[in-house]
Amino acid sequence: MHPFTLERPRDLSAALAFRAQAGRNDAPTEYIAGGTDMVQLLQENVRRPERLISLAGLLDNRIDVGPQGLRIGAAATMAEVAAHRGVIEQFPVISEALLNSASPQVRNQATMGGNLLQRTRCPYFRDVGYSACNRRAPGSGCAAIGGENRWHAVLGTSDNCIAAHASDLAVALVALDAVVEVRGANGPPNVSLIDFYRLPDATPHIETVLEPGEVIAAITLPANPAARRSHYLKVRDRASFEFAVVSAAVALDMDGARIRQARIALGGVGTKPWRVPRVEAALVGGSLDPAVLRTAAALAARGAQGRGHNDFKIELMQRAIVRAVEIAGART
Amino acid sequence: MPGIISPARAQDAGAASAPLDVVLRVNGTEHRLTLDPRTTLLDTLREHLHLTGSKRGCGLGQCGACTVLMDGKRMKSCLSLAALVEGREITTIEGLAQGADLHPLQAAFIERDAFQCGYCTPGQIMAGVACIAEGHAGSPQEIRDWMSGNLCRCGAYDHIVAAIQDVAQATGSVRGG
Repeated sequence: MHPFTLERPRDLSAALAFRAQAGRNDAPTEYIAGGTDMVQLLQENVRRPERLISLAGLLDNRIDVGPQGLRIGAAATMAEVAAHRGVIEQFPVISEALLNSASPQVRNQATMGGNLLQRTRCPYFRDVGYSACNRRAPGSGCAAIGGENRWHAVLGTSDNCIAAHASDLAVALVALDAVVEVRGANGPPNVSLIDFYRLPDATPHIETVLEPGEVIAAITLPANPAARRSHYLKVRDRASFEFAVVSAAVALDMDGARIRQARIALGGVGTKPWRVPRVEAALVGGSLDPAVLRTAAALAARGAQGRGHNDFKIELMQRAIVRAVEIAGART
Repeated sequence: MPGIISPARAQDAGAASAPLDVVLRVNGTEHRLTLDPRTTLLDTLREHLHLTGSKRGCGLGQCGACTVLMDGKRMKSCLSLAALVEGREITTIEGLAQGADLHPLQAAFIERDAFQCGYCTPGQIMAGVACIAEGHAGSPQEIRDWMSGNLCRCGAYDHIVAAIQDVAQATGSVRGG
């Protein structure tokens, strides 16, 4: 582990004054909250900050469900949100995404804000034994293109990076139009989560729109009639404690047997959580007939590009959409 | 497939970080320490407090051998920097027994022969204690799901599940469903 100094500021304004560079790779100053991802990256020398700023105890961890929707303080743990009665009843897709993430121990430690800022699980990013990784070392190339890329993205990729976004939570939140409250010197105080993440394009090392010194303070979700009838389907190589090969977050507003409104986001297939508006639009007014769902789900494949080992994800994600819509639609 | 678990955790030779004063409460006792800020809670327990029950398997939060309780909740001590868990009540495997009386789950692990090499056992027991307290030990399937953060390379899983189920049933902490 590279040596660093550790700051334990008394309040958030003192922490923000350090102007850390959350979300950027190998910045000299970084924030640490729950630490479950950061400590792994420190141990493996993927991140080598000179200074770490602790956010422990400085951010709100309240969870509020009301007529306006849901607000979750950034310091709430994954376990706290997953077990919250209001979340389970009114936003089941969020609880399901969380309970299908990581392990019970990690869910007790990891925070909401940290979950959204976790780095990719691309094995080339995580192993400094590989010199080529544009996300870790800008300009060094991408070992996954032409390498072992079964786990990698098929949507939103560039010639510089095909790493998949790892968060299940973010997929569920993007499906429900979540907004991130940002605290910092400048910048917009609120940004929709889908716009919070940047596509890799030519700068995969810049993953979010957070500016140096800014932190996530809270996550808000507007009230949505579809949120109650929602489901998170996670397809993975093991039944638990494993990242998604493909996942689908689905929320439906039903008018009898007809779909009035659909919200769908995909995980494991995009370089960021991937919303599929074409599929959503095609489902509106239709039934839950499998043939109808199958036709709509096929629209998710538009623009998808496999790199060899991950070609199967393009078919698998369509099937995941169909299955997740069927399960959500069967809920009352 | 490139290695998911890399051994590259060597400390930079000769480099120094400003040491920090850290106060930790472990098994009811307060300890005043001066630590390199890089020191994890696991390394603090083992190397500074000589509580070697908590084990280092992967050092990356994957195996669960380092599981301890913080304020009653199970956590991976390899993923926490010691300086950031001041004020938490930390319980390790050494803090479970009451004198010569084993914790019921320790006794159940012996009764059920729930280990071979024993390396993962302290972490399994700490996670199992929490699993029962949380009410997540209602069926073998539920126990398997909620114990998935702890690996046993000897493959003693069936006996581990049985030991946890025994104690959950005996203490009546099995939640419905």
